[in-house]
Amino acid sequence: MIDMLTNILQTTVLYSTPLILAAMGGLFSERSGVVNIGLEGLMTMGAFIAAITSLSTGNPWIGLIAAMIAGVILALPHAVAAITFKADQVVIGVAINFLALGLSVYLVKFMYDAGQTPTVQKKLEAVAIPGLSKIPILGPSIFQASPFTYIAIVVVILSYIILYKTTFGMRLRAVGEHPHAAETAGISVIAMRYTAVLISGALAAIGGACLSISIGSEFNQGTVAGQGFIALAALIFGKWNPFGALGAATFFGFAVALSLMGQLIGLSKYVPSEVLSMLPYVLTIIALASFVGRAVAPSALGKPFEKGSR
Amino acid sequence: MSQLNKQSTIVTALISIFLAMIIGSIAMQVAGYNPFAAYQALFVGSLFQAFDLGETIRTTTPLILTGLAVAIAFRTGLFNIGVEGQMIVAQLASLLVGIKLNLPPVLHMIVAVLVGGIAGAIWGFIPGFLKAVRGVNEVIICIMMNFIALYLSNVLVRNWLSEQGTDSTPKIPESASLRVDFLSEMFDSSRVHLGIIIALIMAFVMYILLWKTKRGYELRAVGYNPSAAEYAGINVKRNIILSMVISGFFAGLAGAGELLGTQGYMAIQSAFTGIGFDGIAVALLGANTPIGVILAALLFGVLTYGSQNMEHVAQVPPELIRVVVAAIIFFVAANISGILLGAVKKKRRAKES
Repeated sequence: MIDMLTNILQTTVLYSTPLILAAMGGLFSERSGVVNIGLEGLMTMGAFIAAITSLSTGNPWIGLIAAMIAGVILALPHAVAAITFKADQVVIGVAINFLALGLSVYLVKFMYDAGQTPTVQKKLEAVAIPGLSKIPILGPSIFQASPFTYIAIVVVILSYIILYKTTFGMRLRAVGEHPHAAETAGISVIAMRYTAVLISGALAAIGGACLSISIGSEFNQGTVAGQGFIALAALIFGKWNPFGALGAATFFGFAVALSLMGQLIGLSKYVPSEVLSMLPYVLTIIALASFVGRAVAPSALGKPFEKGSR
Repeated sequence: MSQLNKQSTIVTALISIFLAMIIGSIAMQVAGYNPFAAYQALFVGSLFQAFDLGETIRTTTPLILTGLAVAIAFRTGLFNIGVEGQMIVAQLASLLVGIKLNLPPVLHMIVAVLVGGIAGAIWGFIPGFLKAVRGVNEVIICIMMNFIALYLSNVLVRNWLSEQGTDSTPKIPESASLRVDFLSEMFDSSRVHLGIIIALIMAFVMYILLWKTKRGYELRAVGYNPSAAEYAGINVKRNIILSMVISGFFAGLAGAGELLGTQGYMAIQSAFTGIGFDGIAVALLGANTPIGVILAALLFGVLTYGSQNMEHVAQVPPELIRVVVAAIIFFVAANISGILLGAVKKKRRAKES
């Protein structure tokens, strides 16, 4: 029983990690007023770059940093189109997803003449925190986790501090709620939104890297498989709040853990694994239809900023 | 969308396609492939022989319908990113009619197609209803509905519909099939099917509905300015729901056509086909007009089907075409051509004065 609990908790933590990271990415972009449907593509690019850089350098930490840079680079056209050219943000997000998946699979086929990268031998392995990792159940799952999990926890706390306790964060949120008022107060809406979208690229790409050099050990076209969209759902389910999104992402990770371990713990006899996979999406719809409404979303979300217009 | 109507949409489309193909050539050149050989193989391999032409039309068929689905929602100011899911439930519904009902030929086919369309319409109704009644963003609901449809079809196929020991369902009987001999023979026994006729009829239906009826006027008015429409006495909520239902119906027909005409059965799917997402690009490039959608769908049909020959002849991975499609969406959405044309005009004016 203890073993089973430990096992479920471990899997939950592992599978929530990329969702948490990508959701934090989405948080920055959306709080500044830019819809980010492109999380999926940013994660795909992160996963791809992390895998190939880790393979060629033999150092997964370099892979992680390269993924972050790639995420920022891919987020740049998103920012230019959505902010400077005032394009429809959802449409641009769709284009980013197309581009990331197309380009990464194209390059994988070009580089390795196969549908997937070779196996990454040196991954970012779990790190045990001395002492704490000996706590029963909690220890092996939280204090003997992938470095990505520690990064994710730090990112959540930092995101909270940055968004709610610093001038920068206050400005970023102001730009997402009332851009014209913010502009009048001397804040550059354009600069804030660019910064937010680029941060979102870096964070979502780390989430993607987690999939290819920690949870998995290769990149193929099914590596991300919709997790960017689950992260987006977690962000909304968590009411665009760092800790809310953390909770939602963990819960969705739990659903993934159950669907993966259904066979092992005998759950699949009663509930097909697909039903568990469906759960995050059904819950998000129910949540949106009942308690999370339009009222919680940043009020300027999705609206391009036109100087001087009302 | 209003940006598109301001200038010549054909010029916008052509410039965007041209720029996107340049991006594609750069990606090929950098990787050491020959872009000219690749593009040549792409067009030759999709248009020059009866069989290939038939297959290109088959590839184009669902793209016309998904393009129309996205376009009619756009016209009402809605973004139906849920076409993918609406197609999947339609495939399920058409399959069930195909393999579980015993009906005479022709009637069987008609019922299967219609039930597919209705299933898509129901899947589109949910985000439309939530948008109209609860004010929930339809984009998010549509994305969720896509995944629910994917898992729903997998759980049903795996546990209920698949033949023992396989991951796929039995084939639909001849009586429900959209394939007809005279079309296949015309195109050298390719898989082209009656879906193309349905798609072209629907494009015409959309034209009549949107531009020749009072209901269509209301739908477009809601798209232009919902507040003004409301003030003019138009029931905005009802039109939002109606638009999503029609959009879902078009998407459903695309799914029905794929199942009853192209595949004939369903298998467990690990990911989306992407035809629904392509519909977004088709609608954008076609400026949300029926004729534009047909032409844009044809282009995407050529790109998608031709990419196989491109891989065969010039060894270029077919995913390159996804990059080109992404670039087309990007250039049209960001109105790059408008910015370029604006710059040219400015220069010309500066020269004259």
